[in-house]
Amino acid sequence: MLRSADPENATPASDATATGAEGERTLVTRLRAGEDAAYEELVRSYGGRLLAVARRFLRVEEDARDAVQDAFISAFRAIDRFEGDSRISTWLHRIVVNASLMKLRSRQRKPETSIEELLPRFLDDGHFADPPTEWQQTAERALQRRQTRERVREAIDRLPDSYRTVLLLRDIEGLDTAEAAEVLQVSANAVKIRLHRARQALRKLIDAHMREDLE
Amino acid sequence: MTCQELADFLLRYLDGELPAPQGESFAEHLALCPPCKAYLTTYQKTVKLGQSVCADPEGPVPGDVPDELVEAILAARSRA
Repeated sequence: MLRSADPENATPASDATATGAEGERTLVTRLRAGEDAAYEELVRSYGGRLLAVARRFLRVEEDARDAVQDAFISAFRAIDRFEGDSRISTWLHRIVVNASLMKLRSRQRKPETSIEELLPRFLDDGHFADPPTEWQQTAERALQRRQTRERVREAIDRLPDSYRTVLLLRDIEGLDTAEAAEVLQVSANAVKIRLHRARQALRKLIDAHMREDLE
Repeated sequence: MTCQELADFLLRYLDGELPAPQGESFAEHLALCPPCKAYLTTYQKTVKLGQSVCADPEGPVPGDVPDELVEAILAARSRA
């Protein structure tokens, strides 16, 4: 299962009451003592951020909430084994990603929407059928606009599950190809192909918006 | 190298996995083909945009977890 994650994405900066190493140690001690209030504090401190992570993987809200619940139950059971060499937030982040992946796998597989129409098309001589043009704005500049951020999020959500999952694991969670392949139980080559197609499809989905005059 | 081949090899090029002969062909084509240059830069911007919005603190991340979910989790703990 998932062994690494991006700590920056995992840290609930503002919604945790147990931030700081000392606060976390105290919370873990109270959890191990079985203090009911500590369990509620853990859920309220980290639940929002974990739900956001689960929603990236699972588009159905009920599934995302189920994954968060499964993750917390797993964490409660494993709290005695939490070694404290990573932040609680990072530990919980890994657990909820694994729970989300398990939820994805457990759902009855439905035929996925084809990604082909979102890939670049080429003429018989190998030239682009629709030649790409530059986006004038830098990514940093474009990200200042709420509309752009929403458009990119919507585009990620529109990717078929198998492609979105690889994109999230590689580009967002920071897994390398081998780690993503192990988590998804597919070949490294399959991960590379899906990642490339997912990025190409995402590019296509935001291309019209990014080519607009955003000034 | 054609534009189609360049697009196919893009990920391997960015990951530094393209063998030298293909890498040189890739770079030569890129230098002479504005559409492919645009494709490469917009592809890279796409990756950056995706990474950034998922780490965006102003994103649609709830400040707190819904009460009903908290209650469901704590109830499940009691049953476990």
